[in-house]
This record gives sequence, C-alpha cells and structure tokens, in this order.
Amino acid sequence: MKRLRLAAGLLTLLLQVAPAFAVSDPSELLSNPAMEARAEAIGSHLRCLVCQNESIEASDAGLARDIRAIIRQQVVAGRTDKQITAYMVQRYGSFILLEPPFEPLTVLLWGSPVIALLLGAMIALLAFRRQRREAATIAPAPLSPAEKARLEALLRS
Amino acid sequence: MSAQVPQKSVLGRRLLLGAPLAVLALVGGGWALMLRRMAGGNFDPHSLPSQLIGKKVPDFSLPGLDGGVAMTGAELQNPGRPMLVNFFASWCVPCLEDAPMLNKLAKNGLPIWGITYKDKQADTQRFLSQNGNPYARIAVDQPGRVAIDWGVYGVPETYLIDAAGLVHWRFAGALTQRVVDEDLTPLLRRIGA
Repeated sequence: MKRLRLAAGLLTLLLQVAPAFAVSDPSELLSNPAMEARAEAIGSHLRCLVCQNESIEASDAGLARDIRAIIRQQVVAGRTDKQITAYMVQRYGSFILLEPPFEPLTVLLWGSPVIALLLGAMIALLAFRRQRREAATIAPAPLSPAEKARLEALLRS
Repeated sequence: MSAQVPQKSVLGRRLLLGAPLAVLALVGGGWALMLRRMAGGNFDPHSLPSQLIGKKVPDFSLPGLDGGVAMTGAELQNPGRPMLVNFFASWCVPCLEDAPMLNKLAKNGLPIWGITYKDKQADTQRFLSQNGNPYARIAVDQPGRVAIDWGVYGVPETYLIDAAGLVHWRFAGALTQRVVDEDLTPLLRRIGA
C-alpha cells in the first residue's frame, strides 16, 4: 500500500512538471499572464528553424528568441493566433508548423495509414481467395478398394 | 492423399528473388547520389525551401554600413539586372568559407549586395579587410528583423534576384564551386545575366 502511494505520488509529481520553456530572460515575458499564455501556446506549435526539432518556445537559438519577441509584439497588438501563425508561415513555409497541415506535399504523410490499411486489406483478400481456390481445386484422392469396403461395412452396421 | 500445390513458374520465382535486389540497388543508388550532392554542397538535408522563390523581394529599409547609402526593398524590386543578395556576419564561420567564392563572382561582374546580420559594424569592417569585399553595397540589419521578413534562418544565405526583382534561388550555407557550376550558373544563363 505504501509503495502504491509512493508511486502515485511520484506520478502526480511527474505530471505536474510544467513543460520546459527556454525563456531564460524574464524580461521576454509579457506582464499580462493571459497574453503570455497565448504567446506560449502559439510559439510551442512553431518549429525552431535553427535546431529544427525544438519549438520556438523551447529553443534558446537567437532566431527563436527573435520570433518569440515578434509573437509577443503581435499578441499585444491584438492580432489573432491565426494571423500570427500565417505571418510565420508566409516567411518560413509550413515547415515552421510542428504539426504539418494537409497539403499536396503532405498527402503521402497523412495518407500513409490509409494506404497501409488498404494494402493490408488487399493482401488479406488475395490470400483468402487463393486459399479458397486451392481448397476447391485440391480434390481428395479417390478411396482405395480397401477403404471403400470398410466404408460400406461401416454404413451397413 | 496427395496435395497438388500449384507450382510457381520459373519466371515468377526469379522475379520474386530479384525484387528485393532491385529495391536494394535503387535505394543504394539514391543514397550514393544524395551523399555525392551533400559532399558537393548541392544538397543539405536541413535546408529549407525559401518562400520568396518566384516572389518579389519584400519591402524593407536598412541603414548602410558606417553611414553608407541606405538600402531599400524598392531598389531590389527593380534592379535592372540579375544580382545576388548575401546575408552575412563577421561572427559566422561558414561566411569565411563563403567569402572567396563571392569575391570570385563579384570579380566576374555579378553585382552582390550584402546585408550584415546581427553584427557590430567595426567587426564587419575587419572581416571585409581580412577576407575581401565583394559587395557593391552593404546594409546593416542589427536587430535581424529584415532577415526574418526574407525567411533567413542562418548566415550565410545567398539570394539570386532577376532584373525585375523576382527571387529565383536561395542558397543557405557557403557557396562551393560545384553549387556555382551546377545551380547558380545555369540559372544565371536562363534569366539572362
């Protein structure tokens, strides 16, 4: 019981750890917490173009810091999340979005689960049909005279 | 009871054996091509496509280096002849590698305008005196905001602009002989330099 409680405690502790943001300079943060939260939400969906596997919010690269500042300026200026994201995409392309949108270039990416499913269904169907065809064509060998005699004996009894 | 399993034809068997080998050869060939292009600088798996390709240079206005002539987007939106715009900085190591090729291109008559990215002007001057100055004009982007409008994600970056100010090509990193021969020169020929 004690152990279980310890594990539960550890788990809640782990879950409570806030995502690590790289904002190292407190002066970067907006004083309005709601606006700051919005800016962080926008930035955490944008890819840092220098490190490429971190978000703008998580990166300490100079360019990421500049883009964080631009996001905050635009949040203060009253632009919507969509407008700010579009501003970034216009400059850096949809690569800056950590979640790729559905567009011609990403059809294969988003379509791959469907393609895999269809491929699997096709293989299963082909295998099933082959099995059925084989079962139909492979007729059992005719009974030998001894087997026939035994069958008759069994039926008669 | 003897099961009559249908036999695959000899050709079918050969195809089945050959298919993995063919796939392997294809992947290997593609890999070799990729490595060759990576070594030559034509291909960088981390490079991003520029959003400016096929568009006009964005509007901007930047002060010139050490009180020199200011640079504006309007000038580059109608330069009258193809030219390069190069974002660089004295603190950037690949810019050192980039300098000899830019000097060579400038000597061959291709106009190159430079924009320094987050650099101190004294450092830029020292960099130019040590590595040569291929730039016809130099502007200073100390805050790096104009660079963001261009979609710059690192220095050096080189943009090829045609006579009407359309961006045709962006190269991130130091220009190599192979990049110039295989990418830049054919493009310049096509847009009529």
